[in-house]
Amino acid sequence: MSLLEVEDLAVHFGGVKAVDGVSFSVEPGEVFAIIGPNGAGKSTIFNLISRIYDPTRGAIRFDGQDLTVLKSHDIATLGIARTFQNIELFDHSTVLDNLLMGRHTHRTTNFVQDILFLPRVRREERAHRHKVEEVIEFLELEAYREKMIAGLPYGVRKVVEIGRALALSPRLILLDEPASGLSVEETQDVAFWIEDMRRDMGLTVLMVEHDMSLVTGVCDRVLAVANGKPLAMGTPAEVQAHPDVQAAYLGTGAAA
Amino acid sequence: MELLQLVIGGLANGCIYGLVALGFVLIYKASEGVNFAQGDMMMLGAFVALGFGNADQLGLPFGLAVILAMAVMFCVGWGVERLVVRQIFGQPQFALVILTIALGFVFRFVAGSIWGYTPLVLETPFAGRNLRAGGIVIGLADLVAIGATLGLTGALWLFFSHTRIGLAAQAASQNQMAAYIVGVPVMRINSLIWGLSGAVATVAGVLYATRGAIDPNIGLLGIKAFAAAVIGGMGSLPGALLGGLIIGVVEPIAGRYAPGELAQMSPYIIMLVVLVLRPGGLFSQMQMKKV
Amino acid sequence: MRVVFKTSYDRDIDLHKDGIHRARIAVLLAVMAALPFLVGTYYLAEATNTLIWALAGMGLMVAVGHTGQVSLGHAAFLAIGAYTDSALMEAGLPFVVSFPLAGLATGLFGALIAVPAVRMSGIYLAIATLAVFVIVEEMVILLEPVTGGVGGIMAPSISILGISFDRYGALQNFYWLVLTIVALVTWGYANLMRSPTGRSFLAVRDSEVSARALGINVTRTKALAFGLSSGVTGLAGALMGHYIGFFNYELFSIFISINLLLVVTIGGLGFIPGAFLGAILITGVPQLIAILRDGLNASIGLDLSTIPGLDTMIFSLILIGFIIFEPTGLYGRWLKIRAWVELFPLARRDMFRRQKSYLKTERMK
Repeated sequence: MSLLEVEDLAVHFGGVKAVDGVSFSVEPGEVFAIIGPNGAGKSTIFNLISRIYDPTRGAIRFDGQDLTVLKSHDIATLGIARTFQNIELFDHSTVLDNLLMGRHTHRTTNFVQDILFLPRVRREERAHRHKVEEVIEFLELEAYREKMIAGLPYGVRKVVEIGRALALSPRLILLDEPASGLSVEETQDVAFWIEDMRRDMGLTVLMVEHDMSLVTGVCDRVLAVANGKPLAMGTPAEVQAHPDVQAAYLGTGAAA
Repeated sequence: MELLQLVIGGLANGCIYGLVALGFVLIYKASEGVNFAQGDMMMLGAFVALGFGNADQLGLPFGLAVILAMAVMFCVGWGVERLVVRQIFGQPQFALVILTIALGFVFRFVAGSIWGYTPLVLETPFAGRNLRAGGIVIGLADLVAIGATLGLTGALWLFFSHTRIGLAAQAASQNQMAAYIVGVPVMRINSLIWGLSGAVATVAGVLYATRGAIDPNIGLLGIKAFAAAVIGGMGSLPGALLGGLIIGVVEPIAGRYAPGELAQMSPYIIMLVVLVLRPGGLFSQMQMKKV
Repeated sequence: MRVVFKTSYDRDIDLHKDGIHRARIAVLLAVMAALPFLVGTYYLAEATNTLIWALAGMGLMVAVGHTGQVSLGHAAFLAIGAYTDSALMEAGLPFVVSFPLAGLATGLFGALIAVPAVRMSGIYLAIATLAVFVIVEEMVILLEPVTGGVGGIMAPSISILGISFDRYGALQNFYWLVLTIVALVTWGYANLMRSPTGRSFLAVRDSEVSARALGINVTRTKALAFGLSSGVTGLAGALMGHYIGFFNYELFSIFISINLLLVVTIGGLGFIPGAFLGAILITGVPQLIAILRDGLNASIGLDLSTIPGLDTMIFSLILIGFIIFEPTGLYGRWLKIRAWVELFPLARRDMFRRQKSYLKTERMK
């Protein structure tokens, strides 16, 4: 069974059809990418999955569970983590605290226990720290552990955001343009990490990306969208060779 | 008949609330900051006009005194922006809230030190003159208040929608950085807007003073005007005026038919209801953030 | 610079980063506990007042400093705490029951008004809390049987297990009672900030959209923070009632709300020690002004007491100065001085320079 199924998804803002009839499914353990020109509706699909927007029609199912009936804060509880295109970190906290915030869905203590800091809270904190240290080690963030986000360079913040999503111990991770604004070397790192996430952590990855080298390097399947409509789906090579996709990117033959 | 008279008095009162609310909205539109000292600027404006106009002070003609007071308060607003507000540029809104609250206390102290804390009356050409029309008595001051407010609101609306500076100010309020990049002198516009709101506050203060005595604590009226601005939606000039009128009319009517405390509460209850139903006010400009 | 070697996760989880830090807190507590033997009645009463203000400041800090909810109406929660406590005690409940109940009632009230208020942000919330304040103030006057209306009421005398903790009859005991309460609340607050709940507050403050994506229920978190905030402020209000003795609605004026904001801003927003520093300042400056005034009067015959409103004026100027020159407050300044001393002579001016940024619109949420 597919892990994530999107069926005839559409959202209209006023008269603008930002997403219009997109369907795809992501298999467990797969790395799936959505590509498309700017304004094609890629991030909007992510925002629909994380329930920031309400779809006009269509269904989104995760592991058989209908997501469209849930609130946006319930999505993470199911095991779906995400990053944001323009980095949405907690600027006035340290890297460590940001990652610890990613553990929120795994807390079992309530605020009264927290205020009294019962032994149980400490036990849980240790477990959270343990998990977070794993993430820090995986992403090589040791040097920045105690640093405030506000003072960090762009590339590091991007990585911290991936780390925060990983700290959630998700089953599905949504990466919104993980390589945008990164150098070639940093993009290389991201590619390796995505490989490791799939191989070592058993994660399923859904990403939006412009960098075709990253997409062809790590993705199993690709969905191309333009103007909110699906153009082509298949392996990276198939999609790149598809005439509609080339037209959409090069702007020739707008009739596509 | 009685109700109609209440409504007219309320409308005149509402105009004053509306004008103070306009001052809030002006600054909010330009810099998305809220000037909690607006009520105290109104108070100071009224006292400055009194200082120029009253016979026992400088004794200038009423019209000249008002214009001079507006000029002085324009400079005060301008100066406050240049010297104080600009220093905290880029800090969270919260900083400006506290800063302007503190400024309000400073204005109050200044007015109290110069003019004392006993209520004073501004001498106006239309004090105590009434018009009678079919059984109801309308104070000339009320009519002046309504007329002046309508004129001023119209002028400001034209300024923001039709002049270069007005449009630039609107742009700056949407995104200061972007406005700056396309060549809008964001800083200078902020100063100008603060100056303008000082002048508008003076008009409100003078209108207030034509209807009763003033003392340094009348600035607390600003809180009510605030409710008016919020009801209207903070970013909307006509909204502010409408909010002021709603509060102005409801207050005396509630006072007539309900216990006094309830009348006192009425502006805030209306505001809370509006905020709960439409968190951005009646003329909301709220949008979803894009991620 | 002192380097702390961390050998286990517990070093990060613990309240104190090392033994020296722990010892410092212990000494501070010991001195505070011994204060009644060190100073006279007048200063002991002032110290009690300062502690109560610090408690109220901590209450406001949870909302303003840690969840980014600006409240201009916290005086209302002081009032609710004070009147609830007095009313419950008049009804025959002992202080040990009425006091926590007063906090709980205020907290529930705060959480209740927070539920619609969390939909608002920034300035709208500030204004809504202001409106709640005005409404509560008028309600206090309306509910005369409980609150004594305009006339006011006398706070009942506290006695626990037969021992008097009356503010006038047994000031030492009252001081210790307040100190114990403040110490407990501070401990709980520090615990909160190192726990998942505290982190969720910070998350909501910095980015609501990513807080949601991490599974944090923003509405519930904000309501909880506001409830805790008003609850603690309610406790402070109850103590304030007992401290003042006889009070009416005027004790909880809008100026108190503003003074509270002063406490948290001048002290240092988001730092627990800031609440204490701010409280010391707000209770200490009027004393200083009084002393200066007497001194000036005696030496050069300048009678400043003829100028009304001078105290508020000076407070306002201090506040303006802090916001412009040191927005991180007294505690922030202290951190910078400490860093400078530890790095001496390597500290550079630029290290502490604030980054200026353009305001981003808050109309987008």
